Amino acid sequence: MRYGRTWLPALVASLGLLLASTATQAGELRGTGDLGVVIEREAGSLVIVEHSNRTTLARVEDLGDFSHASVKFSRDARYAFVFGRDGGLSRIDLLTGTLENRVVQAGNSVGGAISQDGSLVAVSNYEPGGVHVFRADDLGEVARIPAEFGDDGELSRVVGLVDAPGQKFVFSLFEAGEIWVADFSDGDEPDIRRFEDVGKQPYDALITPDGRYYIAGLFGEDGLVLLDLWDLDAGPQRIMDGYGRGEEPLPVFKMPHLEGWAAADGKLFLPAVGRHELLVVDPDGWQEVARIPTHGQPIFAVARPDGRQVWVNFAYPDNDVVQVVDVADLEVAHEIEPGPGVLHMEFTPRGEQVWLSVRDEDRVEVYDPDSMERITSLEAITPSGIFMTWRAHRTGL
Amino acid sequence: MSDSIRLASFFGGVALAITVAGVSAGEIDEQRARELQHLLVQECGSCHGLQLTGGLGPPLTPDALEDRGDTGLKAVILHGVPGTAMPPWKGLLTEEEAEWLVDFLREGL
Ligand code: HEC
Repeated sequence: MRYGRTWLPALVASLGLLLASTATQAGELRGTGDLGVVIEREAGSLVIVEHSNRTTLARVEDLGDFSHASVKFSRDARYAFVFGRDGGLSRIDLLTGTLENRVVQAGNSVGGAISQDGSLVAVSNYEPGGVHVFRADDLGEVARIPAEFGDDGELSRVVGLVDAPGQKFVFSLFEAGEIWVADFSDGDEPDIRRFEDVGKQPYDALITPDGRYYIAGLFGEDGLVLLDLWDLDAGPQRIMDGYGRGEEPLPVFKMPHLEGWAAADGKLFLPAVGRHELLVVDPDGWQEVARIPTHGQPIFAVARPDGRQVWVNFAYPDNDVVQVVDVADLEVAHEIEPGPGVLHMEFTPRGEQVWLSVRDEDRVEVYDPDSMERITSLEAITPSGIFMTWRAHRTGL
Repeated sequence: MSDSIRLASFFGGVALAITVAGVSAGEIDEQRARELQHLLVQECGSCHGLQLTGGLGPPLTPDALEDRGDTGLKAVILHGVPGTAMPPWKGLLTEEEAEWLVDFLREGL
């Protein structure tokens, strides 16, 4: 790389020394309920953090290409499964701070999910398009589900993969415009149900916190598609059709995420595509109840655990700003500028802290969402996703 | 120590930009060149991969772009590809900057 970040090795080395001395020693007892991981995007590493004293415990390196990385936790919240862009699936022990196991399972992957019983880890892939399922304990292969569509068996890229009650995985096929439900309740051979023609280019999806509704955002059309998992026979249903009101969409410099769904006060908050707005939807009837103008193209909309606030970050060139929506008034109540390249936001389980990654300044900022004051700042190299272990016990996360 | 390395790689980069981009290179100074590289890796990289080896968008490595003409690539960068996720960058990048990016892509990271 020409204007390489030549200081990077030095920083890694100095942090490494520091971390080695503070990493949890084997034999020392501690819980995992206050742990989390921060992805270090450019370095292909991650740091293990704890939010009781807000410190960094260990760094795990050599995890591959993290242009896009996501994390799921084992049901005992001890292990993190990290899904990298290069198809790498890594199993990391949060207590010892070590990489336990790593498989490179495909050429290009986007995300993963862990099954209801915690025994299966699924990965969604762009290349070759499909879903790959592994045993959570040893990463042994369980099943391959090629996302074949059309008459000549073309493979579609897979997005919006989530777990659902009943030992199911649900995912969307980007090129094919389909949603598939893979049911593993009868063992390692999944029973697959396909829903075709759900809409053009589903690009990401969410499952509601109760595990009942799967909602995919459409990139190629103005609307969303909903599948009621309590009533699969009803099939996919279009909601919020034409929310763009036929206006020319604004350019989208980064694809928004639905996965970090925000459900607050009985409503869902979703980033609009090609519009600088958050859409507020009432699940009772799936009608739009409001739309909140925002500073830029929203990427993540994340609800504080009590549902009183929704924090929103934005696509380039507005990714230095974070806005906070007051859910009681459905208006932006605060705006902060944590620094250039705010890529992700994560609340602690009871919502007294929110952690923000500031990629271009190699910092993770911790804020108090009540006072809006910054509590502290931690070093991390080009931080992107922040994932805390409370996710271990939530459907769809 | 790292300063001298950084400077050296910097001048290497600038020299290259001047030779390949010809007349327009004068308009892209060191600072902007650095910003453009950052943009390419981080923002283009969010769809094309940090190593530009592909993601939602296709690979942008020298090999992958071998058969593509400069004008076409520049047009794709400035105007996007309607109906796909490739956005038009013309509000954020000038023609010269798009040319600089095409030259940079031809060289590889
Ligand atoms: C939001 C996602 C996204 C971002 C961000 C993005 N691209 Fe793309 N790009 C795409 C997609 C998707 C295609 C393929 C379009 C098609 O199907 O023809 C593409 C195609 C291209 C092509 C044509 C490649 C070929 O083989 O013909 C070039 C060149 C390109 N992008 C450059 C860039 C540059 C430079 C940037 C940053 C300034 C960038 N892209 C940012 C999604 C993106």
